[in-house]
Amino acid sequence: MTHRHYPRMTALIVGTVIVAVLAFAAVASGSTTRAVNKQTAQSAKAFGSMAALVQAAKKEGKLNVIALPNNWADYGQLISAFQKKYGIKITSENPNGNSQDEVNAVIQLKGTSRQPDVVDLGANVMLANVNLFTPYRVVEWTHIPTALKDAKARWYADYAGYESIGYDANVVKPAPTSVKSLLGSAYKHMVALNGDPTTASAAFNGVVMAALANGGSANNIQPGINFFKSLKGAGNFLPVDPTPATIASGQTPIVIDWDYNQLGAKQSLPSGSSINWKWIVPKNDIVSSFYEQAIVKNCPHPAAARLWQEFLYSAQGSNWWLRGGAHPVLQQWMTSNGTIDKKALAALPKVVGTPIQLTQSQLTKGQALVQAQWPNL
Amino acid sequence: MTLSQDASLAETGGGSAAPGLGAHPAARRRLRKRAKGALNYLGTMPFLVYVGVFLFWPTYLVVSGAFQNNHGHASLANIRQVGTGNHLHALWETIQLSLGTAIAGAILGGLLAWAIAEGNPNGVFRRMLLSMSGVLAQFGGVMLAFAFLATYGYTGLVTKLLQTAFKLSPFSTANWIYTLFGLGVVYTFFQIPLMVLIFLPSLDGLQPQWREASDNLGGGLWAYWRHVAGPILAPSFVGAWLLLFVNSFSAYATAASLLSQGSPITPLEIRQYIESELSVNTGLAKSLAFTMVVVVIIVMTLYALVQRRAAKWKVK
Repeated sequence: MTHRHYPRMTALIVGTVIVAVLAFAAVASGSTTRAVNKQTAQSAKAFGSMAALVQAAKKEGKLNVIALPNNWADYGQLISAFQKKYGIKITSENPNGNSQDEVNAVIQLKGTSRQPDVVDLGANVMLANVNLFTPYRVVEWTHIPTALKDAKARWYADYAGYESIGYDANVVKPAPTSVKSLLGSAYKHMVALNGDPTTASAAFNGVVMAALANGGSANNIQPGINFFKSLKGAGNFLPVDPTPATIASGQTPIVIDWDYNQLGAKQSLPSGSSINWKWIVPKNDIVSSFYEQAIVKNCPHPAAARLWQEFLYSAQGSNWWLRGGAHPVLQQWMTSNGTIDKKALAALPKVVGTPIQLTQSQLTKGQALVQAQWPNL
Repeated sequence: MTLSQDASLAETGGGSAAPGLGAHPAARRRLRKRAKGALNYLGTMPFLVYVGVFLFWPTYLVVSGAFQNNHGHASLANIRQVGTGNHLHALWETIQLSLGTAIAGAILGGLLAWAIAEGNPNGVFRRMLLSMSGVLAQFGGVMLAFAFLATYGYTGLVTKLLQTAFKLSPFSTANWIYTLFGLGVVYTFFQIPLMVLIFLPSLDGLQPQWREASDNLGGGLWAYWRHVAGPILAPSFVGAWLLLFVNSFSAYATAASLLSQGSPITPLEIRQYIESELSVNTGLAKSLAFTMVVVVIIVMTLYALVQRRAAKWKVK
């Protein structure tokens, strides 16, 4: 029995020495390696430095993400780039899930190692669930516009789609130049809206875009509804729900939708297709819809989750979103400091003007209006 | 009362109560009968469970939800909304659509059923039409909507033919299918075969002797239909028509895959309030569903009354 005491004793001594050395090192280096509470760290600085955050994340070695389709805003590339750079393995669950699926997984898998560490949510779902998330400020925090982040840093916008007008340049002549131009007689039965504005966010924001183009505002979308009334009266409104399939078959020559959906439709055209799909973002009438990032409270891999955010909000990460046809929230800042991928930027239609995004109360008000009027359009 | 109390005592008391039972042979008989009845009920258990889980429980959820506000408190707010503006309008449109397709289905399907009944009972025509009706009556939903779109939609076969042959714009020839009228036409497609299936037995039930009796009494074709066949068939015809009404009233998938803009009928309104990415309102959806339940209950009560009359002439 006695011989067993020696290893234990040795361990005790070695342990004490290590603790003493660490304590000394901590004091000597200005207390940076004091035990970091990874779950509540609100910035990379809380870890001591970015290198310390990377170290902690690598130690965890894993990250759980959810509802990130490979072809959506280039998440497939983002995930492999992150894995390669840091050697952290990403488990990507339910890539085709929606925002509500993400929230449900966060709640149902709470306390397990399978719980998602980070989420990418639509704005209204985020607002309904803020208490699930823990504050964190990425290094570039100050470059995220104030309106697009939570004052308590529980969520922050990541990338956006802009409302746009897509068209088949081989059929639609002349090419539409603005929202109002869609009333032209050359577009009889051509203009489709992606969904019903009482149910689909893309369609509702299309109405908001039409409002901006016709003297309305985020607070007053009535001119947008009136515009679609005139569009219908002119015989230009096409009551077909557009999908990449209806675009490929030529059923929907003009489509009002998020610009990343236009890119998706273009990319899914079969080779040799006669469709030449292009789109414009109407000048000065820009409606955006940002998705938002957040870190789950008490998630299984807190350091990796924080490093993932730093990666997404670095020029390297954000440029992938841009290549996927989405507009990173840091786009303006990256343009000014020259870190933006100019080739990817040039591949997207030119955007002139400042995008607006509806607040929750504007959205509720606008919804009441379309619910009352859309059925009798 | 006392007997049944004894019996229940016997049930709970088990063997120890047996001596006491000797004094009540009637009670024993009743008990045996009851045990047998319980056994019979056991056989229906799967059905009862099925109906409970898939009919009564959802109905309970809809009805209770209809009388709550969106915070789960008892409230009439959502029910009140159903009687206003667009909701009332949609309900009225749904009823009109159902009336229209039920009338068209009943007349066309009734005539077809008559043709079948007059033909050879073992003929190929009858067998073919009956199996076709059996299939087509269930051919609703996404498949049917797709079939119509592929034929008459903007890029449908017929539309393309008209375009190449007569230079007609696809939009002038295909617009109708995306309207409520188009939906009615598509619905009629499954109403006709359903009418054939439910009305044919009544036509088959017309006894040749009745016609002979009418002829012997000097009645012509008109007199026979006016005084014999008509009155006998009328309740079945009306009953079948009511079933067609409900069939169309509760149809959803066909409309959902055909109409994407606006929610002109109540089932689509319910979808809107359940599925919206922007303004979900399940309370209102349940209230709308509740009004549909009420309409169906009214129609099915009428159906039961009519059936009672129709049964009078059923040949046993």
